[in-house]
Amino acid sequence: MKNTKGKFVDLDTKKLDIEKLKELDAYIESLEDKEGNLIHVLHKGQSLFGYLPENLQLYIARKIGLPASKVNGVVSFYSFFTQKPRGKHTISMCMGTACYVKGADKIFDAFKAELNVGNNEMTEDKMFTLKDIRCVGACGLAPVVLVDDKVYGHVTVEQVKEIIDKYRKED
Amino acid sequence: MSNYRMHVMVCAGTGCEAAESKIIIENFKEELKLKGYDQEIQVVKTGCFGFCGQGPIVKIQPDNVFYVKVTPADVKEIIEEHIIKGRRVERLLFEDPKEKVKLEKHDNMDFYKKQYRIALRNCGFINPEDIEEYIAFEGYEALGKVLTEMQPEDVIEIVKASGLRGRGGGGFPAGVKWGFTKNSPGDEKYVICNADEGDPGAFMDRSILEGDPHSILEAMAIAGYATGANSGIVYIRAEYPLAIKRLEIAIDQAREMGLLGENIFESGFDFDIILKLGAGAFVCGEETALIHSMEGCRGEPTKKPPFPAESGYRGKPTTVNNVETLANVCPIILKGSEWFSSIGTETSKGTKVFALAGKVNNVGLVEVPMGTTLREIIFEIGGGICDGKKFKAVQTGGPSGGVITEKDLDTPIDYESIKEIGSMMGSGGMIVMDEDNDMVEIAKFYLDFTQDESCGKCTPCRIGTKRMYEILERLTNLEGDMEDLEKLVDLGNMIKDTALCGLGQTAPNPVLSTMRYFPEEYEAYAKREKTKSYRIDPEKCIGCTLCAKACPVNCITGKVKEAHVIDESACIACGACFTVCKFDAVIKP
Repeated sequence: MKNTKGKFVDLDTKKLDIEKLKELDAYIESLEDKEGNLIHVLHKGQSLFGYLPENLQLYIARKIGLPASKVNGVVSFYSFFTQKPRGKHTISMCMGTACYVKGADKIFDAFKAELNVGNNEMTEDKMFTLKDIRCVGACGLAPVVLVDDKVYGHVTVEQVKEIIDKYRKED
Repeated sequence: MSNYRMHVMVCAGTGCEAAESKIIIENFKEELKLKGYDQEIQVVKTGCFGFCGQGPIVKIQPDNVFYVKVTPADVKEIIEEHIIKGRRVERLLFEDPKEKVKLEKHDNMDFYKKQYRIALRNCGFINPEDIEEYIAFEGYEALGKVLTEMQPEDVIEIVKASGLRGRGGGGFPAGVKWGFTKNSPGDEKYVICNADEGDPGAFMDRSILEGDPHSILEAMAIAGYATGANSGIVYIRAEYPLAIKRLEIAIDQAREMGLLGENIFESGFDFDIILKLGAGAFVCGEETALIHSMEGCRGEPTKKPPFPAESGYRGKPTTVNNVETLANVCPIILKGSEWFSSIGTETSKGTKVFALAGKVNNVGLVEVPMGTTLREIIFEIGGGICDGKKFKAVQTGGPSGGVITEKDLDTPIDYESIKEIGSMMGSGGMIVMDEDNDMVEIAKFYLDFTQDESCGKCTPCRIGTKRMYEILERLTNLEGDMEDLEKLVDLGNMIKDTALCGLGQTAPNPVLSTMRYFPEEYEAYAKREKTKSYRIDPEKCIGCTLCAKACPVNCITGKVKEAHVIDESACIACGACFTVCKFDAVIKP
């Protein structure tokens, strides 16, 4: 099956990890108002699977009893949800205004150049996904970069390579 | 608390936690235990002190000594010098940027001197994960008073008389809003706390929720009693995991003590609160969009009327209040409306919390009485501009607001006056810009944000903001012309007049306002006179190769001892080469 962009999508829900699905099922079962908690279900799904592939969206839609189009409409509406797999580490550049006026865009460009990827893309070796995120509210540390949950504050262009190398060396 | 002779208060807000304050707390606990002081000295994990630019912050009580930029390695010294020997650790004291003297008490710092804390009253003073500490600071007294001594009408009257207005940006009188919900028929009603703080660069709501979560729960219960609602919901951003965790702890503790749940204070009044998570959509700050999101749908706004007070969550009468608005409620109940309305200006009562950030020395949360001037906030409390640079503008109201320049800095700030000078209060984000900031790029940044966040429902916003963004991109790529400037103004005004909700109606503001105050910068782009990249003066460059090594995108080439060249098409204008050059050979764009 093709999606609206002409890309083939995999809707085979049997390919999903059974153990993770069990946990998701249990969560959905625990909810009284399933439809009203769709966003919470999607948060749970994303935390279990790392992202929300089309077949998982379809699975959730069937489980709750909603059209898959509605689930996909919600997934694509909110920036917190991602439909693409992530690299081992996610590098998130805060794009709040406080960070921006202190040169976040320059640092982001440096990350793009160093990793050779664009925004919301994964490196070829699947080590890193680079993306911009909304203000994390740590404006006192601007500009801020998050690698997974670790926060780096007052980041300079010169530190970009250092930060990446640190994670490359660990693996 | 009385068993301890000394308290070590360590900030555990998002900013300080990111800077390892968790490890600082652990180190203090371990080290104090090792030295046998753990029964005399208590380590308290507190909410945000507000002075985020100086974090992590450690305050020693009752000495009232304020240490800044503390690292885990400093813990030993603080214990040995301060706690054991009673001497100050000089190097960790805050240095006044103007007078160059060390200050040990926070009340003497310019940053705190002019502040008046109502909404932030408990932040940095109590452990937000301990309900007993909140209760010790008059916590749940207001709820007790309301439930045992007052009728719902009286509560609404007090809030109305206090003049409290919505702090999320709208500025609508809170008491009037409560009155609408109360008067709407129906026995199922809701109170919603809007904690979807989407304005990039504003973090007061996050700090209140992290530093004093019970104050919000208590105020929601009061709002519930006043409006006739028994259910409260906090709609909070998923990007704030710490605030979510603290709220969950607070709700559990309040339930356990019977301060939430059935028959609170034996008054027959039931009230409970749950959390609903957002998922990253700026438009969900708009109350109708927020309600749709809470129902599990796309967060698209709908036309008002009907207002949520008539038909809100699940079609029932609903009150939506912002976090900071609610944070003011309990003090108003306890101290009275006259006290609150004596603070502020004619039309805007009380205080406002601003998130001061950008190119200003003292970054942090600032709570000041309404009517304080921007000059006081930026130059006195904020300590002026970083690195001795020149002030250029301050953006208030986030992506919906505009810039304010030097000439309006002495205007006393309230909801009305700030509109008159071409911006808006918004949620209180205040981004300071210096001479290095390019205003066209700033406007483009905001528009990139709003066009990305446009929900797509109405045409003016969905297509209009995109077209405006394209024009700005054309200009900054030096492919535009003077006609583009006219188009920007026309399109901007059209979107303002025709968009469906607040997001669209205000999206053109940053562009229109920067065009008004900095027309020459737009013209320089339109006439293609602007250069975007750094350049190297071949006369001055001696070929030391420092710049080439510093360049993060490797766009500087040249042999050793020969003048280097910057590839202008690849340059990202980060300024790394400018900073490292010792021969003044790099020329700024």
